[in-house]
Amino acid sequence: MTADAAALDILLAVLLVFLVWRLLTLSDLFKATILFIVFGLLLSLAWVRLRAPDVALAEAAIGSGVTGALVLDALRRLGAHGAVDEARPLRLNLARLSGGLLVACLGAILLWSVLSLPAGWRGLSAEAMAAMPHSGVTNPVTASLLNFRSHDTLLEIAVLMLAVLGVWTLDAEPKPSAEPAGPILDLLVRILLPLMVVVAGYLLWAGGHAPGGAFQGAAVLAAGGILLHLARPFYLGNHVIIRLVIGFGFAVFLAIGVMLVVGGGRFLEFPSRHAGTLILVVEAAATISIALILLALFVGNVREGAGRDAP
Amino acid sequence: MTTPIVYASAGVAMLCIALFGFLTARHVLRRILALNIVGSGVFMMLVALAARPDPPDPIPHALVMTGIVVGVCVTALALALLRRMFADEGSARLPEDREFG
Repeated sequence: MTADAAALDILLAVLLVFLVWRLLTLSDLFKATILFIVFGLLLSLAWVRLRAPDVALAEAAIGSGVTGALVLDALRRLGAHGAVDEARPLRLNLARLSGGLLVACLGAILLWSVLSLPAGWRGLSAEAMAAMPHSGVTNPVTASLLNFRSHDTLLEIAVLMLAVLGVWTLDAEPKPSAEPAGPILDLLVRILLPLMVVVAGYLLWAGGHAPGGAFQGAAVLAAGGILLHLARPFYLGNHVIIRLVIGFGFAVFLAIGVMLVVGGGRFLEFPSRHAGTLILVVEAAATISIALILLALFVGNVREGAGRDAP
Repeated sequence: MTTPIVYASAGVAMLCIALFGFLTARHVLRRILALNIVGSGVFMMLVALAARPDPPDPIPHALVMTGIVVGVCVTALALALLRRMFADEGSARLPEDREFG
């Protein structure tokens, strides 16, 4: 490793820790949120340095992009009064001493365990690489997500659906009056939206052999939807078609798993001859559902002029 | 060889600062941000240690991607709870935190 790369790594690591400290102590929560988004973008740079381009894409699109939009939207609804936090979170005083000591102990134990790992430790990479020829794809991360660990991914989509149900249930406030979008945002959406749909499709297709996949594609698609919502606010209520599309990815995934059981195999154990096709089908269905789920998490369940239910 | 150690140590530092911030913060939005960073710290440790073999271990990468997506769900649900609490009670702090400065 060259000295330049080492300097970049150390600078990036220090900057990340500094941003965390800053955004936890700033009293203006709007500034803290902006720092949080910057933190996410720098984090994706760190993922690239750690040779994890799939994680970098997911972080930039979901971790920083969608989460940032969600927090900014919540901040807007809190108004100027709710967005200020004068309490100093990280200041150490007597009452916080025990918590601080516990956290410091945890940090010391974690650091010790990181530094004491043997240098030749390889994790599960050898096993994963040995199983790659049977996985149906050539990108090892997609293989892990949709083949080796497909149970996790199936249940992850279920968690996404539960979160939408939760947000729909909780959101009962009338929508703040939507100001008409300016011509610049309108033009931006016109140019960006078709591009984003193409990029999402590319990421989905590329996931089999290069960095990309259902989650990254879905996040780009959802970001396009969020932009469209900002330019021309629409109501994404719990209409039956919306519900069907949200459940579609999970249903296809589950149906393929059950079909494999009926065919004499085990649940979600893809036969290696058809694994590539099955993974692409599952990913395509999941992309559409996840994109709509992420968009629904942002849009929520507020309706123009609708009053809150009486308690 | 040093790159994974640098980032893993940064992950531990991020995790600890954010965990302490999560415990001591009063404003719920700040707590949500802190919780997100606790997650990022854990992801950082996982991905940094996965980068030690060559090629990198794909299993922690897949775990972290699942974690990022579940993290955005948790954030959205927590923000919806915050919005509802703020709309109903006019405060962005949990009831037991409101008396403190």
